[in-house]
Amino acid sequence: MVKMNGSQILLECLKREGTTTVFGYPGGAVLPLYDAIPEFPEIHHVLVRHEQSAAHMADGFARATGEVGVCLATSGPGATNLVTGIATSFLDSTPMVAITGNVARTLLGKDGFQEADSTGITQPITKHNYLVMRAEDIAMTVREAFHIASSGRPGPVHIDIPKDVLQEEVEFIWPEKINLRGYKPNTKGHTGMIRRAAEAISTAKKPLIISGHGIKWGNAQAELVALAEKANIPVITTFLGIGGFPETHQLSYGWLGMHGMYHANMAADEADVVIGIGMRFDDRAMGRFSDFNPDATIVHIDIDPAEIGKNLPTAIPVVGDVKQVLPEITEIIPTGDNKPWLSWIEKVAEEHPSLEVRETRRLIPQYIIRSLYEETNGQATITTGVGQHQMWAGQHYFYNDPRQLISSGGLGTMGFELPAAIGAQIAKPDAEIWAICGDAGFQMTLQELAVCIDERAPVKIAIMNNAYLGMVRQWQELFYDDNYVSVAVTQPDFSKIAEAYGIKAIKVETKADVLPAIAEAREFDGPVLIDFHVDQEENVWPMVPAGAALRETIEIPEKELIR
Amino acid sequence: MSMNGNSPAQHIVVAIVEDKPGVLQRVAGLFRRRGFNIESLAVGHSESEGLSRITLVVDGASAPVEQVVKQLYKLIDVVKVSDLTDEAMVSRELVLMKIRCTGENRHEIIEIANLFRANIVDIATSSLILQITGDQEKIDALLDLCKPYGIRELTRTGTVSMVRGNRTTTVKEIESDEITKVHQSQGRRVSDSQELPFSSD
Ligand SMILES: Cc1ncc(C[n+]2csc(CCOP(=O)(O)OP(=O)(O)O)c2C)c(N)n1
Ligand SMILES: [Mg+2]
Repeated sequence: MVKMNGSQILLECLKREGTTTVFGYPGGAVLPLYDAIPEFPEIHHVLVRHEQSAAHMADGFARATGEVGVCLATSGPGATNLVTGIATSFLDSTPMVAITGNVARTLLGKDGFQEADSTGITQPITKHNYLVMRAEDIAMTVREAFHIASSGRPGPVHIDIPKDVLQEEVEFIWPEKINLRGYKPNTKGHTGMIRRAAEAISTAKKPLIISGHGIKWGNAQAELVALAEKANIPVITTFLGIGGFPETHQLSYGWLGMHGMYHANMAADEADVVIGIGMRFDDRAMGRFSDFNPDATIVHIDIDPAEIGKNLPTAIPVVGDVKQVLPEITEIIPTGDNKPWLSWIEKVAEEHPSLEVRETRRLIPQYIIRSLYEETNGQATITTGVGQHQMWAGQHYFYNDPRQLISSGGLGTMGFELPAAIGAQIAKPDAEIWAICGDAGFQMTLQELAVCIDERAPVKIAIMNNAYLGMVRQWQELFYDDNYVSVAVTQPDFSKIAEAYGIKAIKVETKADVLPAIAEAREFDGPVLIDFHVDQEENVWPMVPAGAALRETIEIPEKELIR
Repeated sequence: MSMNGNSPAQHIVVAIVEDKPGVLQRVAGLFRRRGFNIESLAVGHSESEGLSRITLVVDGASAPVEQVVKQLYKLIDVVKVSDLTDEAMVSRELVLMKIRCTGENRHEIIEIANLFRANIVDIATSSLILQITGDQEKIDALLDLCKPYGIRELTRTGTVSMVRGNRTTTVKEIESDEITKVHQSQGRRVSDSQELPFSSD
């Protein structure tokens, strides 16, 4: 019989679940856990500088690898600091296990020092959560948590453990079996529905695939490509689905939504059969629901039954794992060429180009991102913050791998970029990782620069410094009569900040300096920060105004073309 | 009113859930978040150990019932959900009401109660407590008749329902004991008799 305390059991279970890295921050309630960490050399603990970043790093780790990311925090303020990161993971369905300590069992609910009702707080932003009240339940809880986080539609699971449970000594038993009566994700699609989906696709004149984040979590890029190629079906993606279908593939027509490509939005509006795959018909992607292509037959393939019919009426639902369902459809549909339909989209794309980088004297972010794409041969992993730079990073870099673009699409969390990049870099030490940052978002988590040094993480940081809360400024310009309120930000000298952390910095103010700076950063063996002083009032186009339909997509106005 | 005494806008949804702390909060949270109205909710043990049964009456106008069912299923602790609305079923609710009465009108009230097969379960100088079991239609009718006397206090258990005939909405799958043991203790407070350290440091 092996006796262990709760902390040792927890770490032993993490180890057995294959966890190699834990992103965390210590405090009173998790002291027993930290005490045991040195006994587990297989688990590397990354000390963050703010718990929010621990969750974002775990999230970046998960998105870069598909494995469960693990983060750790103490009770009370530690747990509440995690919340933004957990919610970010929840809205983008990333597999994560968040562990927090809590006060001793007898103190729970009594407002003791550093007590918060952590599971009460995380309940609506997790796939599931646990308050573990006996050390002998830790093992089963960890097993269930990893299973829930990584199966079906992935998501964050939170485990809260009182301090004295972490100290309690009990016999360690590794549960060979888990059984969750209430959780049996359905992976195999209904045969009848698959047949109906195939029929709809076969008889369509203008079929269109809209693929999403589910392609990444389902590891189903090859299956998606096979389906599209067999019947020559054009593919557009959601923002989070970028890279799920290789963007340089000839059937790729970009992505749709508020800042999607004009032709992608028009194609979505024109298609007669829309095949949503591993996506959720989100409002940012579909525009005004009531006016989304009312004539289209909607086929929806997703692992989460609750997404079917949630936002739009679905004619043919297929609930299942995309990796299993797609080949079954591909097998029974006939080959096709869809020539007239493809040329229709191509014509729209030609007449309404969305991705041209304008010739300007001024330094514009689009040019920087396109240059980065060319210099890195499209091979880098890109993380972004939230705002204009995020949209340009989605538009002007072209991604062929589902794990290449790491961005907070659902919650839209500023400050995600740097910690997510560090998490991705630690997961893939040899990968080239670029964090495309907003000057404002960067300041929300810049303290993590220290982690780049601690962990020798050679993350390349590119700040699109427009000295504005750019996206908010754009809305104030377009929809609030140029009434700029609280959007102009006084910026520190980012180079000096980087240098203060011991990080190499480059400042770029002209177009001519862009390529040399990128080259210098790439050559340097270690983290580099480039502070790109970009044009301040550049806007993101095209744009579907909030609450408008996709067909109301606005292109870049004449006056901005010549700016 | 439909055949089972519920207005057509109302749906009766039965959820069989793991008997764990926090389950009710999860269910209630789901309704709160989506703005679905709960007309009534009744919870108690089911026929299987470790499983509770929640009967929800939801307003179909505020809550697309298909979404309610699917969202409930998303909760890990929810094992089975059935929409009984279109089933032949028995629906009952128990109601206690304290009615104002005087020496003169007491008999009248008792007569009404008898007509409805309601019981007088307590009687005092100026009030009495009526207990009635029935479907909503019957209860509403009795309430209407009692209103003129003055209803001083009213409590309703919420509807519970069961399908008629040999069919059931039970869960067949049985958990092994060791797993049940863990599931039932998760999140549960330890008994006070247990010695525990006081300080959290
Ligand atoms: C935590 C958080 N707070 C506020 C917002 C609202 N918001 C969206 S974009 C944006 C401006 C971002 O500015 P910056 O990081 O400089 O990026 P830019 O748009 O200028 O590229 C703001 C404030 C948000 N998304 N996240
Ligand atoms: Mg900015």
